[in-house]
Amino acid sequence: MTMVKPLNGDDSAAYGMMQIDPDVVAAYPITPQTELMQNFAQFHADGRVQTELITVESEHSAMSACVGASAAGGRVMTATSSQGLALMWEILYIASSYRLPIAMNVINRTLSGPINIHCDHSDTMGARDSGWIQIYGENPQEAYDNTIQAVRIAEHMDLRLPVMCMQDGFITSHAVERVELLDDDVVKDFVGGFTPTYPLLDLDNPVTYGPLDLYDYFFEHKMQQIDAMSRAEKVVREIGKEFGEISGRSYAMLEPFGMEDAETAIIVLSSTAGTTRSTVSDLRSKGRKVGMIKVRGFRPFPQEELISLLDDVKVIAVLDRSDGLGAYGAPVFTEVRNALYDEGHKPEIVNYVFGLGGRDIGKKDIVTVFDDLDKIISSGEVKRRMRYLGVRE
Amino acid sequence: MSEKPGWKKIPVAGLIVDAGNAREYKTGDWRTQKPVIDRDLCTNCLTCWVNCPDSSIIVEEGKFKEFDYDHCKGCGICAGVCPKKAISMVSER
Amino acid sequence: MPSLKTLSAREERLSPGHRLCAGCGASVAVRQILMSTELPVVVAASTGCLEVATTIYPYSAWKVPFIHNAFENSAATITGVESMYRALKKRGRLDQDKKIKFIAFGGDGGTYDIGLQALSGALERGHDFTYVCYDNEAYMNTGIQRSSATPIGANTTTSPCGDEIPGKRDYKKNLTHIVVAHDVPYAAQATPSYYMDLINKAQKAIETDGPTFLNVLSPCPRGWRADATKFRELGQTAVATCLWPLYEVVDGKYVLNGMSKRIADGKAEKKPLVDWLSMQGRFKHLFADEKGKAIIENAQKKVDRDWEKIKALASI
Repeated sequence: MTMVKPLNGDDSAAYGMMQIDPDVVAAYPITPQTELMQNFAQFHADGRVQTELITVESEHSAMSACVGASAAGGRVMTATSSQGLALMWEILYIASSYRLPIAMNVINRTLSGPINIHCDHSDTMGARDSGWIQIYGENPQEAYDNTIQAVRIAEHMDLRLPVMCMQDGFITSHAVERVELLDDDVVKDFVGGFTPTYPLLDLDNPVTYGPLDLYDYFFEHKMQQIDAMSRAEKVVREIGKEFGEISGRSYAMLEPFGMEDAETAIIVLSSTAGTTRSTVSDLRSKGRKVGMIKVRGFRPFPQEELISLLDDVKVIAVLDRSDGLGAYGAPVFTEVRNALYDEGHKPEIVNYVFGLGGRDIGKKDIVTVFDDLDKIISSGEVKRRMRYLGVRE
Repeated sequence: MSEKPGWKKIPVAGLIVDAGNAREYKTGDWRTQKPVIDRDLCTNCLTCWVNCPDSSIIVEEGKFKEFDYDHCKGCGICAGVCPKKAISMVSER
Repeated sequence: MPSLKTLSAREERLSPGHRLCAGCGASVAVRQILMSTELPVVVAASTGCLEVATTIYPYSAWKVPFIHNAFENSAATITGVESMYRALKKRGRLDQDKKIKFIAFGGDGGTYDIGLQALSGALERGHDFTYVCYDNEAYMNTGIQRSSATPIGANTTTSPCGDEIPGKRDYKKNLTHIVVAHDVPYAAQATPSYYMDLINKAQKAIETDGPTFLNVLSPCPRGWRADATKFRELGQTAVATCLWPLYEVVDGKYVLNGMSKRIADGKAEKKPLVDWLSMQGRFKHLFADEKGKAIIENAQKKVDRDWEKIKALASI
């Protein structure tokens, strides 16, 4: 029987972790992830999980211990944000190249400096080449749902790659919403048991992890990882569909809204997708042909599906909550534009960097974006491709 | 020289599943001098064995059997620690 | 304490064919440590000479399960392995009677310096594991750079002896004291030249429950510019000068061992530091001028001070 509770994103993700009851969790506190781990620690102290909780002395040690635990042969989870993710950066690459199915919640917070504890995506965008699967959740419900799916995605035998699930710091993590929680048994059934591959604790088959891999073999090992990542999209969709069967909420890589006849569209991630959807709904009721695509799965990037949704769109605005300093466009923009390069129909694309360091974005701002896009259509020209939304000059 | 295997043929993640297969790599050709034992002087104290960096002293039933010349790097530690001076290092040049 | 004969019947856990230097003190130490217990072990190692030379793909010299993660985190990594072991046992996914022990190896670079945080955290959390630092007194794997374990005056590539500066200007950090400050059940200093002492301590460290620590001075003929055949003398002189006293700290109580105990009891002679310095090319420049002589004098005074401290601690 489903329970409905008012929970914020930290609470709901922690609840999901509790129901999964991972074998080992190694974590370190950082705003705005802290409440997630505090919740989990309380579950642990109350005996509601059997997890071995390692309260490590830094995020670098958190991910290091996760690597050790996962290689030992069990289910491992953790969570972090911002500087914590940055501190574990070198180990992220190791976790992925060792093909360890670790599941991590990342509560998006900007990377310093100067120090700022609020939301933007600079932290996880900085890890987009680390070989982790990246899934962005819009609200506390998705934070919960993604946490549960992450374990299945990571541990899929076609993959064995670590997964990070994102939610916007404070905006989602600390905002209470209505969340439908699945039954403990339903979650347990869905995630199932853990199947180890090459576990260190199998003394009869001793294995060496992490050799010195010189130029005569390293490339081949990387190819294996690249090959695995090429199967990730299929797995994310498969698990998203299966999750739909137990919850009534299925998930994919992209979530279009109003795209059936949209002439202008916004592509956006995470909580701002909610703001955008609400705006699109309002504008469409007034007869404007606007639409939006929420990107849920960012790594791997769902290029083919994206192209198929943009057939009739004239102008797109890609909203990025981080910038790529010195790059021609911010991360999501570059993925979208790149995806469309070979296509016959190439909509005009402009980039809006917004919300850095938690700068708020509201429906009024979304309306101005759509107004800008209309201006591009009517004038026939793009005066500026890279735009910054909400910053004071 | 044999062709090295491609990425489809080797275990993932750089895992080495054949534990201890370093034995197949013959470090014996590093040597410029090799240890030689005078069995009359050897008392099988095994001091050489416990000090060998390369596990290259073969002991059988608690007695010195032979040097593993496939792997011995000729460091000379065994000759240095032997209390009976039963081991001498002989140049191989 | 099993005899060498008994030990020789045990399966070698480190195979030959690894590519550590001929005469490497670390490999002697590691062999001795691995043979000290019959309990099955899982090993984690930091980036460094030991890890790099024993696992050059596709070859591994480790006949036990082994993981290398990164440079500074073998302690953190092993606590992950150990925690999973406890987790799986608790859940019945691992044989209840199977007792596995966990060992992390790190060089002085990966332990005294970059690995200190992870070591401290692992000790504080009380995991059941043994940390072994094979101290060869510099970042040897990358070509002999100074670490905080490098002795004063030593010539390394980042503390070279030059026209103005005569080698490393700082004293060697005392890591064993730092570890003891974590109130661990067992910590010890050893060196493979006194192999029975090392093997005995290794067995105690591994078979004691809780976080234990071994600091093992591992002569590096290459980096120390010393004669590999003088391996035994090198280690024994380090002990005889009281530069590297052999001791254990068992539940906080300091106990001197072997030659160090004999020296403390007046039954053996404490040798001057120059005996140690003159065996190695990395200290050669200290004998060339007045500046060097002054360093030797100060270094001797420091050795003497530290030795008095250890004796005092051992008499509590």
